[in-house]
Amino acid sequence: MLEHIELFFKSIFIDNMVFAVFLGMCSYLAVSKKVATAVGLGAAVIFVLAVTVPLNWLLDKYLLQDGALAWLGPEYADYNLGFLSFILFIATIATMVQLVEIVVEKFSPSLYNSLGIFLPLIAVNCAILGGSLFMQAREIETLGLAFNYGVSSGIGWFLAILAIAAIREKIRYSNVPAPLRGLGITFIITGLMGIGFQSFGGMLTGGDDAAPAVEETTAEKMKLKKEIEKEEIDEKEISFNDAIKE
Amino acid sequence: MALLSKKDTNLILDPLADNNPITIQVLGICSALAITAELKASVVMAISVMFVLGVGNVVISLLRNVIPSKIRIIVQLIVVAALVIIVDQVLKAFAYELSKTLAVFVGLIITNCIIMGRFEAFALANGPWRSFLDGIGNSLGYGVILVIVGFFRELLGSGTLFGYPVLGDPIVKTGLYATGYENNGFMIIPPAALIVVGIIIWVQRSKNPALVEEN
Repeated sequence: MLEHIELFFKSIFIDNMVFAVFLGMCSYLAVSKKVATAVGLGAAVIFVLAVTVPLNWLLDKYLLQDGALAWLGPEYADYNLGFLSFILFIATIATMVQLVEIVVEKFSPSLYNSLGIFLPLIAVNCAILGGSLFMQAREIETLGLAFNYGVSSGIGWFLAILAIAAIREKIRYSNVPAPLRGLGITFIITGLMGIGFQSFGGMLTGGDDAAPAVEETTAEKMKLKKEIEKEEIDEKEISFNDAIKE
Repeated sequence: MALLSKKDTNLILDPLADNNPITIQVLGICSALAITAELKASVVMAISVMFVLGVGNVVISLLRNVIPSKIRIIVQLIVVAALVIIVDQVLKAFAYELSKTLAVFVGLIITNCIIMGRFEAFALANGPWRSFLDGIGNSLGYGVILVIVGFFRELLGSGTLFGYPVLGDPIVKTGLYATGYENNGFMIIPPAALIVVGIIIWVQRSKNPALVEEN
């Protein structure tokens, strides 16, 4: 349970789709002029991420990973179809979006009217493919966690677009320098919001209380990552010093 | 030039400034920002996009009369995905370290809006040669912004270019650092990219007031 809660808050705040990894920026900038439309697109993104991430998790687990085909028989255990993941993921996403559109149109016309126009946009939203690719890169362990990851990163994206839409509605009354109007100021505001979101980074690594084992492993992974990064920087500096000495 | 008529030259030159995919059309921001902390990664990303967009535009342009318009998005996605797989495998084979830095962002070229945007807006309506030029032009315009952002972020953030120190040694205080200059760690963190792009937009629009948006 704790790992679910951790992943949930981590994906919303620390690894926020927009502010930490810049995914889905195109539609984030294009559809954030009004709060109402932003809410529609945000809801559609949560929905599609919640469907496609678990689906792609299954594909990854039983088709793409190194040795994933072992369930077909021992002679297939050596195959690694990892290089096909881009094409399979995007095909799944495009088909699912189409399918979702048809199903929603049939069973809930009111939902279709509010989400419908955004669904085709979503097939080419980087946040959706990014969700699946990060799910693969971070080696999320169970189907439940994958679903959680999809929903929570969707919520993170939703919050981001909602916030920027609200700010843009207000900023219309401000006296922005002419060349910055529209796109320029939106970029800078997003940058400032991103800096604000960076402060969430300490949220889950803080606290020295004995954390449950599972939580530790992810925290340790993060620490390891940081250490590796540090080492890389150190190495750079060392080689750099050597170069100077020579 | 016999090879390029004036119209064709404009296909390449327009996206570099007045119709830039990033600062004017607002396409392809997603990958443009995340990988620009180093100049090297920016250059590799720009070249990858140029390959995918150039070849992809030709392929789509050749197929434009065959693709049923209802499923064209899926066809386009498959073409891009195939090209991106080629790029990804080549990077993994010849520049493994770099492919680790770029990580999922190579895969995200698939959903780079520039690519789908150019397929939809240009390749579906024009011949292969013109589409190729359009692809090269737009990816150059994309690459220019990437390189500018990468240049400033790496120079101000780590004092290096392509990994080589250009401002002196921050530890033993040589070069510029002897005067008390410090690297600006702020430029390394992701949100700085947004602010740098915002400033580029600001400069570009102050120079060309025709591009200024209504509030």
